[in-house]
Order: sequence, then C-alpha cells, then structure tokens
Amino acid sequence: MNILVLIKQVPESQATRMDESTGTIVREAANSVINPLDLHALECALILREQSDTTVNLDCLSMGPPAAVSVLKEAIALGADQGYLLSDRKFAGSDTWCTARTLAAAIAKIGSYDLILCGERATDGETGQTGPALAAMLDLPVLTYASAISRSAGGWRVRRMLEDGYETVETTGPAVVCVLKEASVPRLPTLAGKRRARAASCRVIDAAELGIDPADTGLNASPTRVVSIFRPNHLKHSERLSALDPAGVERAVEKIIAIFRQKGVL
Amino acid sequence: MNSAHQGIWILAEQSQGRIDPVSYELLGRGRILADKRKHPLTAVILGAELPDSELQQLIARGADRVLHASAAELAIFTPEPYSACLCALIQEEKPEILLAAATSSGRTVMPYIAGKMRLGLTADCTDLDIEADSGLLLQTRPAAGGNIMATIKTPTERPQMATVRPHSSRPAEPNSDRPGEICRWEPPAALLSSRVRRVSFERAPDARGIQDAEVVIAVGRGIKKAENMSLARKLAGLLDAAVGASREAVDRGWAPYSGQVGLSGKTVSPKVYLAAGISGAVQHLAGMQTSDTIIAINTDPEAPIFQYSELAICGDLFTILPLLTDKIAASRKQS
Ligand SMILES: Cc1cc2nc3c(=O)[nH]c(=O)nc-3n(C[C@H](O)[C@H](O)[C@H](O)COP(=O)(O)OP(=O)(O)OC[C@H]3O[C@@H](n4cnc5c(N)ncnc54)[C@H](O)[C@@H]3O)c2cc1C
Ligand SMILES: Cc1cc2nc3c(=O)[nH]c(=O)nc-3n(C[C@H](O)[C@H](O)[C@H](O)COP(=O)(O)OP(=O)(O)OC[C@H]3O[C@@H](n4cnc5c(N)ncnc54)[C@H](O)[C@@H]3O)c2cc1C
Repeated sequence: MNILVLIKQVPESQATRMDESTGTIVREAANSVINPLDLHALECALILREQSDTTVNLDCLSMGPPAAVSVLKEAIALGADQGYLLSDRKFAGSDTWCTARTLAAAIAKIGSYDLILCGERATDGETGQTGPALAAMLDLPVLTYASAISRSAGGWRVRRMLEDGYETVETTGPAVVCVLKEASVPRLPTLAGKRRARAASCRVIDAAELGIDPADTGLNASPTRVVSIFRPNHLKHSERLSALDPAGVERAVEKIIAIFRQKGVL
Repeated sequence: MNSAHQGIWILAEQSQGRIDPVSYELLGRGRILADKRKHPLTAVILGAELPDSELQQLIARGADRVLHASAAELAIFTPEPYSACLCALIQEEKPEILLAAATSSGRTVMPYIAGKMRLGLTADCTDLDIEADSGLLLQTRPAAGGNIMATIKTPTERPQMATVRPHSSRPAEPNSDRPGEICRWEPPAALLSSRVRRVSFERAPDARGIQDAEVVIAVGRGIKKAENMSLARKLAGLLDAAVGASREAVDRGWAPYSGQVGLSGKTVSPKVYLAAGISGAVQHLAGMQTSDTIIAINTDPEAPIFQYSELAICGDLFTILPLLTDKIAASRKQS
C-alpha cells in the first residue's frame, strides 16, 4: 500500500512581515517550519502504517523553494520513507488551482497512492482549497475536516467534523483526506530518525522534468490574482471599566447587559 | 468568453429540507452585486425535493430565480454528486459569479469544482464588491491568522468564485411580495454516483454550532479548572449562546475541541463575543476578531485582548460572571 502526505513549508511565526510598498509577504527562510496540520496528517499516515499487516510505503511531497527540503527531512526523521520536492521558479506564485495542478502532475509521475493526506489548511495562505482541488484533478473523492481515519473494507473510513456534529463516511477506494488537529497527536523525532534523515536524499523535481505545461503553473497561469495586501485594523477604541470593587462589578454587569440588549440578543 | 457569462449565483444550503440561514447572508451579498452588475440573482439549492413554500423563502430574501436540483441522493452533502450537478449547471447556464458559504460543505465543493473546471476561487471572503471600471468581482479575505487582508481578482476565468465567511454580513430581510421564478431540475443518474457513503451521524452534544451562535461566551486559562466551566455554561444557557474556549482551556481538557476558537480551531463572528480569562494571543484573535462586538473580562489591565474589545473590563471573572448570570435570570423572571 502507498500513502502520500502533502507537506507545505510555512513561516514559523504568524507575525508575517509585509512589504507595504509592493504588497508582498516577506518570507524569511530561516524560520520556516512544517505547516502544523501537516504534522497531524503525517502522524495519521505513520499510525496507519503501524496498524497495517502489509508493507506500507510512505512518501511525502512538497512544492516550495529549495530550502523546503528541510521540512521533507523533518518528515523523514519522523518516519516517512521518501521525500519529493517540486522546486522551480516557474512554479512560484501559483494560486491554489496551479498548486494543485502542479502537485497532481507530480503525483502522476511518482506513483499511485491508495491514500493522499493533507492538512485542512496551511497557516499562511489559509485557503484549505489545495486538497479538494487536487482530488478533483486526480478524479478521487475528497474527505475534508477529518478528525479520525482508519481502514475500511475497500477503502477508508473517515470521521468528519461538521457544523452540527460528526459524520462517519466510507470510501470504496483511494481518496484525498484533509485532516484536522483532532485527527492525531504528532510524535517527536527519534535520534535514529534524525540520523536517517541526515543521510537521506530527497528527490528534487523541476518544471522541465515534470513536463508541466507552463500555462498550468506559476503566477501567470493562476486564475486568481492578489491585487493588494494590507493590514487589517481591528484595534478598537475600547471603553474601559474597572471592576475591582463591588460597585465596579455592578457597573460592569449593567454595561454588559446594555450591550446584549442593544445587540438584540437579550 | 466573458460576455457569454451572465448572472450572479449563490449556492444556498439546506439541512433536513430546511434552508440554512447562512443562505440569506449570501442573498444579501448577492443582491448588492446583482444590482451593481444589473444581472439577475439566482439561488441554486441542492437537496431532496424541497417544497415551494421553502424555496419561496429564497425569493423573499432577494433571489430573482431559484434553481433547485432535486434528487434523493442530494439530501445530504456528498462531494461528488454535489460537484457534478453544479458543474453541469455552470456549463449549461454560464453564470458570471458564484458565491457559496465558507462552511464545511461550501469549502469542500467549491474547490472541487474549481479543480474540475479550472476556475479561480477565493477563500473565506469577508468583503465583496464590484470594481467600477472592469466590472470584476473584488474579493477581500483575511489570511495568515488574520494578520493580513488580501484583495483578490479573477480576471479571465468564469464564473468568478468565492466562499464567504458565515456571519461576516447580515442576512437579507424577507419581503414576501417579491416576485421570482422557481425552476426544478432532476439531474440524470450519471451525475449522482458517489464513491463516498455516509454510514452514521452523531449530532454534537452542544448541537448548536458555535459558528452559528449569535453570542459566544468564551473562557480561557483564567477559568482555572473544569468545574468552573459551569459558570460559562449557565450564562450561555440563558442567552441561547455557545460556549467557546481558548486552546489553553481545550488542551487542559476543560472544554471540547469543537469549541476551540482560533487559528487551529473555529472562526466565529457572532454579534457578541464575551471573552473571560483569555489573554488575547494572536492565534486566538485570528478566530474571533471579526466579531461584531467584543467584551473582555480580565484581571490583567495590560491583557492584549483589551485592545480589540469594545468593552474592556478589568476585573475578576469569578465575581462578574455569576452576578451577570443572576441579573439576566432575574430580568427573565420579571418579564
Ligand atoms: C494573502 C494570500 C491570500 C491568498 N488567497 C488565495 C485564494 O483565495 N485563492 C487561491 O486560489 N489562492 C490564494 N492564495 C495563494 C495560495 O496561498 C497558494 O496557492 C498556496 O500555494 C496554497 O496555499 P494555502 O496556504 O492556501 O494552502 P491550503 O490549501 O490551506 O493547504 C492545505 C494543505 O494542502 C497541502 N499543500 C498546500 N500547499 C502545498 C505545497 N506547496 N506543497 C505541498 N502541499 C501543499 C498541505 O497538506 C496543506 O496542509 C493566496 C496567497 C496569499 C499570500
Ligand atoms: C500554531 C499555534 C496555533 C494556536 N492556535 C490557537 C487557537 O486556535 N486558539 C487559541 O485560543 N490559542 C491558540 N494557540 C495558543 C495561543 O498562542 C495562546 O497560548 C492561547 O490562546 C492562550 O490561551 P488563554 O488566553 O486562555 O491563556 P493565557 O494566555 O494564559 O491567558 C489567561 C488569561 O486569564 C486571565 N485571568 C486569570 N485569572 C483571571 C480571573 N480570575 N478573571 C479574569 N481573568 C483572569 C489572565 O490575566 C490571562 O490574561 C495557538 C498557538 C500556536 C503556536
């Protein structure tokens, strides 16, 4: 059985720096990490491998700058078998359609998978669109918001978190599954794992080797265009109340009730 | 290619044959865009045979036309039949814009359609407008945990597609005199096959989705222990509110993950968000800063959350919440 985990490299801190003049995000390669939810996806894959009676081959695939090889190595340290990095300036600026298209082209090239796992969303672009778009391109069903995953008779059994509860669904074959934090608790790398990762080499694939049509990848091929980026202004002009004595508490409570009434919720 | 595409569509949602209120928010948004573009507004709804009386609601709230794809297989959301039916309708009717709610189903089916049809899709928009000269849809959305906002366009591909964050706008008001047309369509069996089957469904014990609640009472590490959660629950019960929590409270097992608000939890924007004993870390703010009104209760006068609150109360939640609950309970008894 073959499982693929999609891994995105993201800036570690949410305090993204922005170049206000050009409206682009300044990325500092130094503090890039695995997208947190992708660690949960990887952990799900590791558990499925441990539970399986047959041999499971666990690959990881990332599209990003050359430095993104470090997140693949981290995945190998945690137990993944092989890492593939799609890296080429021609891929840069891809929106979710082009990202999914490029990933799909790579998957067609590197192997056939019984399960493709990704995170529900990445912490930077945060669209959550890559997984479903990829599934559509590979003509596979997609199961989003997965909070648990296990094998079923012919495919996978997935518990999904919806607005009003949890549904359990089963697939009849391969699928793309996008996982939530709830799906697993990521392990820490072992010393042996780290050693293995250091020795491992990831395969880097560029646009030429991938053979992707330039009309399908990168900024210019992307259907969507970011036309401006700005900082939201959520800072509010607050009314401050001190409620450190009984009279203050009373005033605060009255004020809260007044807001509830004004908003029509009481 | 562009001029062949006409009409503004919204994807309405239903559960158990009843229209979900989030559909009315989309109609409010769609009506504004339709008027600016001078295009008709269509509400598309998939489900098992919905009665006219229910579909009329969509007309009353702003749709010029309701397009209902009805089949038993569409009773609940499954990605493949939903996307196959919508792709067929898009190909047939060529709308210029399609909006859906950024719900678990909208955020699944829309990128699936985009993937199939090579369309541009903007996620989780909080603001939509029409650009004056070009007539293009301007889609504004938060990203990077709410640290930045981006405005996005889809210059060429049609329809232009966006998912819209629930509760980021008011629902359209009903007007039962509005005229409108109802079209029913029974999709062919080929569009209804699915490789995914629902085997069971458990309604969440706190069945009210936190993202649907008009009021959220959220607590953090300041609540100190699981037993104290009843303070939040009691108040929430009186207000028909949902209980939310910071990650600190969830990780300690005081509150369920389904109530976690923030970057790695849910995004909410209720009418009132009351945060008690929550410091206001950027990852928490990411999940609630678009709330209409934020009230914060914190013992620390320097708590960052105060900067994001309309009402900042420096005080002890253990004295304030019980008194607030008592007063509201008492006012209820009187009326
Ligand atoms: C501010 C901003 C706003 C944007 N808004 C939009 C938008 O509305 N629509 C749009 O189409 N594009 C948008 N983009 C572009 C989008 O971020 C990129 O296309 C990006 O490649 C996908 O990122 P994401 O963070 O949205 O990923 P998500 O779709 O949130 O990622 C989900 C999962 O997909 C997998 N994955 C994602 N990217 C990769 C990768 N490069 N390699 C391997 N696995 C991956 C991971 O498993 C990840 O957990 C935006 C970009 C910026 C900077
Ligand atoms: C990748 C990542 C993702 C994350 N995702 C999330 C997320 O989704 N949601 C989230 O919430 N966090 C998230 N976090 C964690 C976040 O950084 C904070 O650690 C967390 O929000 C803090 O929770 P808190 O405010 O309850 O706790 P604290 O920061 O410890 O604050 C407790 C507050 O309670 C106040 N207090 C104490 N006693 C009282 C009292 N008697 N009355 C009133 N006030 C009192 C204190 O003054 C303090 O301000 C994430 C972090 C990372 C790195």
